[in-house]
Amino acid sequence: MRIVVCVKQVAVLGDEVEFTDNERDVDPDYLESALNEWDAFAAEEALQIRERLGDGEVVVVTSGPEGAEQALRRCLAMGADRAIRVDSDAGPGDPISLARSLAGAVEGEAADLVLCGVQSSDAVQAATGTALAELLGLPRVAVVRKIDWAGTGPATVHRELEGGLVEVVEVDTPALLTIQTGINAPRYANLRAIKQAEQREIQVVPAEGGETSAKIRRMFGPPRGEGAELIEGGPAEVARRIAELVRERLQ
Amino acid sequence: MSGTLVVAEHLRGALRDVTRELVTAARELPGPVTVAVIARDPAALAPALDLAGVDEVVRVAVEPEEFEADVYQRALEALIEVRGPDAILLGFTVNGMGYGPAVAAKLGLGFASDVFALATENGAVVATRAFYGGKVHAELEFPGKERVLLLLRPTAWAPAEREGSPTFSDLEVEAGPSRARHRDFVEVTQGDVDITAADFLLAVGRGIGERENLEELERLAERMGATLAVSRPLVDAGWMPNARQVGQSGKTVKPKLYLALGISGAVQHLAGMKGAGTIVAVNTDPEAAIFGTAHFGAVADLFEVAEELEKLF
Ligand SMILES: Cc1cc2nc3c(=O)[nH]c(=O)nc-3n(C[C@H](O)[C@H](O)[C@H](O)COP(=O)(O)OP(=O)(O)OC[C@H]3O[C@@H](n4cnc5c(N)ncnc54)[C@H](O)[C@@H]3O)c2cc1C
Ligand SMILES: Nc1ncnc2c1ncn2[C@@H]1O[C@H](COP(=O)(O)O)[C@@H](O)[C@H]1O
Repeated sequence: MRIVVCVKQVAVLGDEVEFTDNERDVDPDYLESALNEWDAFAAEEALQIRERLGDGEVVVVTSGPEGAEQALRRCLAMGADRAIRVDSDAGPGDPISLARSLAGAVEGEAADLVLCGVQSSDAVQAATGTALAELLGLPRVAVVRKIDWAGTGPATVHRELEGGLVEVVEVDTPALLTIQTGINAPRYANLRAIKQAEQREIQVVPAEGGETSAKIRRMFGPPRGEGAELIEGGPAEVARRIAELVRERLQ
Repeated sequence: MSGTLVVAEHLRGALRDVTRELVTAARELPGPVTVAVIARDPAALAPALDLAGVDEVVRVAVEPEEFEADVYQRALEALIEVRGPDAILLGFTVNGMGYGPAVAAKLGLGFASDVFALATENGAVVATRAFYGGKVHAELEFPGKERVLLLLRPTAWAPAEREGSPTFSDLEVEAGPSRARHRDFVEVTQGDVDITAADFLLAVGRGIGERENLEELERLAERMGATLAVSRPLVDAGWMPNARQVGQSGKTVKPKLYLALGISGAVQHLAGMKGAGTIVAVNTDPEAAIFGTAHFGAVADLFEVAEELEKLF
């Protein structure tokens, strides 16, 4: 039994923004990075399934430059067995090409389950998993909150719809599932595991090329004027203005 | 054809609001607007698609009663082959996410998701969406693509009015077996508060940091006469029952006043509260996306503000 988990080191924008000279992305100096929240839940779910079944392998895969390996190391520290990086430098705007870059490496693993996050917090495409499933010829379910699976045969999963309504779906395996937050409580890796993960070997494979499905032509700050009226002053002034609004608006 | 193809979304026998919003968006693109309804009994849903600006409604009968990704994918692929639309519009919804990107990957279409504005330039579509936690916007183009598939953000367009003059037709498709089959629905609301009935919601998000801090904010809500609501991470962590969750996968609320403390303003949160009468946001990050939707904003530490509010109520 093998589970592949696709994980991404996402970019986090702080409280200041500058754009690159060609205005097609944010200047990397203004970005920090972290393991995508959804992918921590996906990795945890894979580890729990492996533990429940008592055997099997969890392989984590990312597509990106060398810095993206941080996401893999975090998952290795959590307990993943192996890690693969597809060497690519795709920007955030084209999830279909991103899925193409992942397809070869994931296919080579012949997994019983492929898990992705529902979305990456920096791009919010919610598309890579579903596109990847198509490229791999796998059935898929998006936005999964629960997995019931014996290790072979169909899995019964809960798909979370709008308004919190849950749908029970029976899916043939191998399958690709996109994992929603709240499905579990991702474990923390201890310091020793984190240190050990630093030393682990990561397999690097070249990305497969492909045409682009979308291109960012201009990135910009949200238009001003759409924004809120700023309440000036310290906490006491802010509180006073809020109290005023409470009285005014609740008439 | 050319023109735009919209796929209707429905659940448990009722058309979903996003469908009418997609029609409004489709009217901003050149050419006729066709709406396809894929269902076991599409004729039952078709009359609700008699909307202003719709030129044609195509009924596609399939076996499953509810959405199934494989079936929708094959039905949409057949529609694209027969009708040859320039643009295909689906909702950026859990269903849309489940098959739209697959169709785009298979057919090599231009693709973008969570699109909230559309334009055409020299006949080519330009789509606007957000990146990096909603803090920046970007225009996307689709070089070399004659056909694009876009997932549009719910509530970004006004719903199309009733009563148009569409023609109605049927399309037969070979939808084949489904590898992910609908079995059942289950309601999973825990908690007994109805936050949709409140006039004043004090909503707190991950900015509160620790579970221990909830108590203080619950007390503040009570003093201010507000009902406490939360963003999703607090429910995921098990700190609050999901009856208190505001957003796409929680409740849609329209209180007179919505006071958001430590909430960043993710698109799925905004979907549930942007209809509130007055929105006030307190966040330490001046670039937080919530300031784009709030009517009043304060760049401040929520605990310091909470402490001052305690003195006033
Ligand atoms: C399919 C789907 C459905 C979803 N449905 C929902 C939903 O229904 N509801 C929902 O809320 N989310 C939903 N989400 C999740 C959503 O994408 C975000 O992850 C979530 O809304 C983030 O919650 P938050 O703003 O509390 O946390 P964060 O994004 O972590 O924001 C915390 C904020 O607090 C601020 N902050 C930190 N410390 C302080 C302080 N001391 N004082 C003031 N401010 C501070 C930070 O600057 C930050 O802006 C959904 C996601 C998906 C994929
Ligand atoms: N660069 C990447 N490498 C590996 N997996 C990715 C990458 N980008 C996205 N994914 C996967 O696709 C999911 C959805 O991301 P997105 O479509 O960008 O919103 C993520 O949660 C990951 O599981």
